[in-house]
Amino acid sequence: MQPIELDRSAQNFIDQVEDLSHSHLSRCWHCLTCSGGCPFSEDMDYMPNTIIRMIQFGLKEKALSCSTIWLCVGCNTCSMECPNGVDVAAVMDGLRQMAIQEKIPVAEPGILSFHNAVIDSIARYGRTHKLEIMMRYKLARKDLFSDIDLGLKMMSRRKLDLMPSKVRDRESIRNIFKQNQTGR
Amino acid sequence: MTLVSQTHLSYFPGCSLATTAKENNASLHTFVDHFGVTLTEVDDWNCCGSSSTHSVNSELAFSLAARNLFQAPPDKPMLIACPGCFLRLKHAQKELAGSKERQETCEQQFNRPYNPDLKLVHFFELLADMSKEGIFKELGGRLKGLKIAPYYGCMLARPPHMNKEKNHHGLIEKTMAALGAESVYWPFISRCCGTFLSVSRPKIAEKQVNRIMQGAIATGAECIVTACAMCHLNLEIRCLPENRIPIFHFSELLSLALEGKFSRSWLKRHLIDPAPLLEEKQLINDLVPAGK
Repeated sequence: MQPIELDRSAQNFIDQVEDLSHSHLSRCWHCLTCSGGCPFSEDMDYMPNTIIRMIQFGLKEKALSCSTIWLCVGCNTCSMECPNGVDVAAVMDGLRQMAIQEKIPVAEPGILSFHNAVIDSIARYGRTHKLEIMMRYKLARKDLFSDIDLGLKMMSRRKLDLMPSKVRDRESIRNIFKQNQTGR
Repeated sequence: MTLVSQTHLSYFPGCSLATTAKENNASLHTFVDHFGVTLTEVDDWNCCGSSSTHSVNSELAFSLAARNLFQAPPDKPMLIACPGCFLRLKHAQKELAGSKERQETCEQQFNRPYNPDLKLVHFFELLADMSKEGIFKELGGRLKGLKIAPYYGCMLARPPHMNKEKNHHGLIEKTMAALGAESVYWPFISRCCGTFLSVSRPKIAEKQVNRIMQGAIATGAECIVTACAMCHLNLEIRCLPENRIPIFHFSELLSLALEGKFSRSWLKRHLIDPAPLLEEKQLINDLVPAGK
């Protein structure tokens, strides 16, 4: 096993995550409550508490390149259950955002692609237009045919509107996006 | 002052209720309207930011949510139906309350004064007030004979900085009991539905959804009652044919408990048809015809 050197850059990483997540990660004693309660931990490459351990050890690249941070949907089950008040879901938000900013290869590109399709829709209309989000997502993934039955069924039940619901004052939405450039 | 005594509330529907879950929106309106509560939609509201925005950009998520707080009329509590929107808006409100700088930036950006007293009310809070007033008992237990699995999804899970806020665990059961329906006790009551994984990793969502559906069926529940439109959609679209039981929005069953207020058009928007169950239970003899 390689020794882990906790140098200044490791400490910078810990500080940065704590700052983004408003959580003290030294509080985590690895009781595994978060990992046990997470509905998606079986599909993640590392358990949620393992990610916290990686941060405690300053293992930045490992933490930012795993699938866990993308498979976390932010349901807050872990954050609620943590006996020490670590906001694990906010830690995952922070790591994801750092991974994007630092252009770390994304372990789940499909999930990021979906988030981008949603955000683009909000940028265009101020609201989400589900049909267009689905179509753009499928196009970006070059996967037009999976779920086509489902799409048609949803259309027949009038679950997917053809036209978007829009904000009138789209200038204000454009301003919000201008001021919060996403590093996507 | 209780919420029930306020006859005017402003209303934030959110994208799901405005589009994919119109039946949720319509039944909620029908229900509160019956009790003399008028909802006025927040003018020109925008998306709360949803899971996707805070996943990748917290500042953008804050600004999108905050715009709605500045759009809201200052003199009325704002009713929010979607637990996801509620969490996003509440989070932004907390950030605003804790930062004078943020308040000033937003005042400039949105060209409206910051209102520190704006009250955000989740639909469940209004129902909790109604429950305290004994309103449900007056409805005569019209849902008698229906066995439901109450499903809250992640709405009961709160991050540490919000864990002193009100929560509404048990409200579906309590309300359903007052309306005559029986709730089962089951382990998936607050299990996440998978949210966006339903699109971006459908196999993972399918696994979760079918565990939830099987869990409900195993307890003998005849249907599931959801608190969130996103959960409702995910359960319906990712449920395998062998695990299908009807899934209702809470607001639909509330309206069903009112005499002659339920609309068959809501049922037509379900992917799992609830009509056979309601007919079997003789709960839909006096429906408002479809199209209303």
